[in-house]
Amino acid sequence: MNSIRINKKKYTVNVDSEMPLLWFLRDHVGLTGTKYGCGVAQCGACVVHLDGEAVRSCVTKMKRAIGKEVITIEGLSEHGDHPLQLAWKDVDVPQCGYCHAGQIMSAAVLLRERLDPTDQDIDDAMTGNICRCGTYSRIRKAIHHAAELQKQKG
Amino acid sequence: MRAEKTTIDRRSFLKAALLAGGGMILQFNWPGAIAAAAENNPTESAPFTLNSYIKIHPDGKVTLFNPNPEFGQNVKTSLPMILAEELDVSWDHVQVEQADFFPERFERQFTGGSQSIRRAWPVLRTAGATARQMLILAAAQHWAVSADEITTDAGILYHKKSDQKLSYGDIASAAALIPLPKNVKLKAIADFKIIGSSKRNVEIDNIVTGKPLFTSDYKKEGMLIAMIVHPASFGREITAIDDKAVRQMPGIKEVFIMEPVLKDYKKNGFDVFTYEQVAVIVGNTTWEVMQAKKKLILQLSSPTGNTRNGKPDFLESTARHYADMEHHSTLPAEVKRRDGDPESAFKKAARIIERTYTAPFLVHNTMEPVSCFADVRADHAELYAPIQAPEFITTTLSARLGLPKEKIKINLARMGGGFGLRAYGHHVIEAAVISQKIKAPVKLMYTREDEATYGIYRPSYSATYRAALDENNQLIGFHIKAGGIPETPLHENRFPAGAIDNYLAEAWAIPSAITIGAFRAPRSNFIASAEQSFLDELAFEMKKDPLDFRLELLKRAKEKPVGQRNDYDADRYAGVIQLLKDKAAILARPAGTGRGMAAYFCHNTYAAVMVDIGMKNNEPYVKQALATLDCGIVINKDAAINMAEGALIDGIGNALYGEQLFMDGVPLKSNFNTYRMIRMNEAPEKIEVHFVENQDNPTGMGEPLFPPTFAAVANALFDYTGKRYYKQPFVKQYLDENKSPVI
Repeated sequence: MNSIRINKKKYTVNVDSEMPLLWFLRDHVGLTGTKYGCGVAQCGACVVHLDGEAVRSCVTKMKRAIGKEVITIEGLSEHGDHPLQLAWKDVDVPQCGYCHAGQIMSAAVLLRERLDPTDQDIDDAMTGNICRCGTYSRIRKAIHHAAELQKQKG
Repeated sequence: MRAEKTTIDRRSFLKAALLAGGGMILQFNWPGAIAAAAENNPTESAPFTLNSYIKIHPDGKVTLFNPNPEFGQNVKTSLPMILAEELDVSWDHVQVEQADFFPERFERQFTGGSQSIRRAWPVLRTAGATARQMLILAAAQHWAVSADEITTDAGILYHKKSDQKLSYGDIASAAALIPLPKNVKLKAIADFKIIGSSKRNVEIDNIVTGKPLFTSDYKKEGMLIAMIVHPASFGREITAIDDKAVRQMPGIKEVFIMEPVLKDYKKNGFDVFTYEQVAVIVGNTTWEVMQAKKKLILQLSSPTGNTRNGKPDFLESTARHYADMEHHSTLPAEVKRRDGDPESAFKKAARIIERTYTAPFLVHNTMEPVSCFADVRADHAELYAPIQAPEFITTTLSARLGLPKEKIKINLARMGGGFGLRAYGHHVIEAAVISQKIKAPVKLMYTREDEATYGIYRPSYSATYRAALDENNQLIGFHIKAGGIPETPLHENRFPAGAIDNYLAEAWAIPSAITIGAFRAPRSNFIASAEQSFLDELAFEMKKDPLDFRLELLKRAKEKPVGQRNDYDADRYAGVIQLLKDKAAILARPAGTGRGMAAYFCHNTYAAVMVDIGMKNNEPYVKQALATLDCGIVINKDAAINMAEGALIDGIGNALYGEQLFMDGVPLKSNFNTYRMIRMNEAPEKIEVHFVENQDNPTGMGEPLFPPTFAAVANALFDYTGKRYYKQPFVKQYLDENKSPVI
């Protein structure tokens, strides 16, 4: 009953149901790609996919996540070859790197919904993700590039 | 060409040694560490206690170690590029590893002050070239030919006369026995293949797949989680805690009050501990400890309302800060530099222009909040520490733990941002003291709020500039009086000092209980914004082009400098401005925007910036930006551009939005819901970065573009709105002046 699927693997949940998904992932499952940045749904470092939607895992309680399918950065692609991951490498986006799992996970939902996102789409989808190093121009470029890669892939 | 000599300090020496299993290891031994190094036997294959080396594997692969802590400036890629260039290996054969903190082996393991590249340049070039020369000498013996006839390329040694070749891996074990060559020849700059190209971040695969890279990701069997609770206001201290409720909560192991440093300890400048005591909660998991934090009740001291040891013993507020700064700027201050007769110049001036600029405290807001892992045992300790400057914390750590320095191993973890804040190691001490007390490995985690309200902020500043103009509208006198809480931002020997006959620079400071620390280009990040805004306004009042006005002053400083201690090279300064002027001329200003420019020299690099400001969502934003830099030889071009883009965006964000406010000693902004950070929709749509091409020794990129960006934003706001912006953050002033009418 109290189970959750994370990156296609089933886990039994035996923690406080008020615990945010973020800490279940990091402390209990050992998936640390999802980052803690603010704890109040303001920075996006903790974005994961819950039944395909981008959610802030720092404010998503376990009671909401139970029974659902979670994808984290570690499960976004099998070989690190999601178009966004490839684009992030081609554009050499990161500086410190801390926010980028969240950036990529937010962008992945955008790219699924908009095959050819405009700058406005990128503003709308990515404004909830802070990059303190200021790599925004590169993130924008990488998302456009990933859209191209996705099209080529078909 | 003004490149410096590239031989390292004569006291330094390099020593080669055999690696276990063959191959060559090049060990660096630096001043002060010679005795320790001499204990090693260079011909022995047993493991050495080294971690700074070039490692050549028998299969020709090369492991290069990055000595400096990484927090996003890409030193982990750029520093090994210098080694690889002089070693003459193919970058494809290089793997990079992060060195631990090991002062006996490294000259400098401090990432800060934009000095990593500049300081490592002669060291790493010499190290790479020396290793290459040893490989050549070994091959010469092997082939029985003259070393002069041997060439190298991409990890292969060639003797073209006899049509022979060898891979570095084939000869590495013999090379390790070659006596250390002296005065090795460095590559000619024209022969560089790796330096000046663009190499992708060596950590990129791990970043995009979410591999554990950061201290906060670190886990060890039996590890507990610790968090601190500190007083909510500066000027108060913990007197007692009520932990009854906390002790009964699930997963909670220990609750106690901790003194990070003992009262009689003589602290160094990086030992910034905002509070004498903090409360500590230790538990099994992060969430459990976070819950417990909410239930801990602190009893706090009350200030007397007076001053104590020269510091306020009252609860500070932003309103009082600004009132105090305004008052101080009218009082006589400490004269730091006087050229000519500024008093007479101002007396006889036909016109005096006086403007005052202010800026608030700023929070670093590194994306990764403080964390530190410590496992302290009776006779040794191991730490994973996000720390920019490990050398500044080890003495304090050693004294506090009662362990000799050599028994404390510090692994340098990748940091989720630093910006100066991680030069201060209070968290390192705290984690270690907690581990020692509870006798278990522990990971200390701060919440975002803990970090944002702990202090070590960029100070609040104020600067008053005065210019004396004669009846012909010529500049005859210049006066700066600058101060802050609790330090002055003044750099009295910087431009325009040296360009004006009658010059006066004065400094003042107001003590505070609020702790401060280095923040990306400390002091420069404010004084540049004030100076470059004032010069812009002065040019406007003198009816001159703002860049031409600066170039005129620089020409004067070059041809007939005033004073002896002018802290800039007028030619290079003018060069970076001229390049900005040329590039700006061909970059169309988008319709409906205002344009502003500024330039600055700090941290050994010259920077100039132009921004075009427009409106979005009823607020000003930077639509387009252009930057020019003279940082000498560029090591990793695309990474340097990335750094420049980041410094621009950081500067724009802090200029428009950044501020910490105080009420009754309480820092009011504790998270991103109140502390406004620049976001995707506020970042420029287009950024251009250009470098002055020269062969000067390379200098840093992390800081220099940040300070002038504030002024470019202010100057563009003037162009856009017709109003000058004197008080940061600028969006606040804009919104105050452009309120919708209340009907």
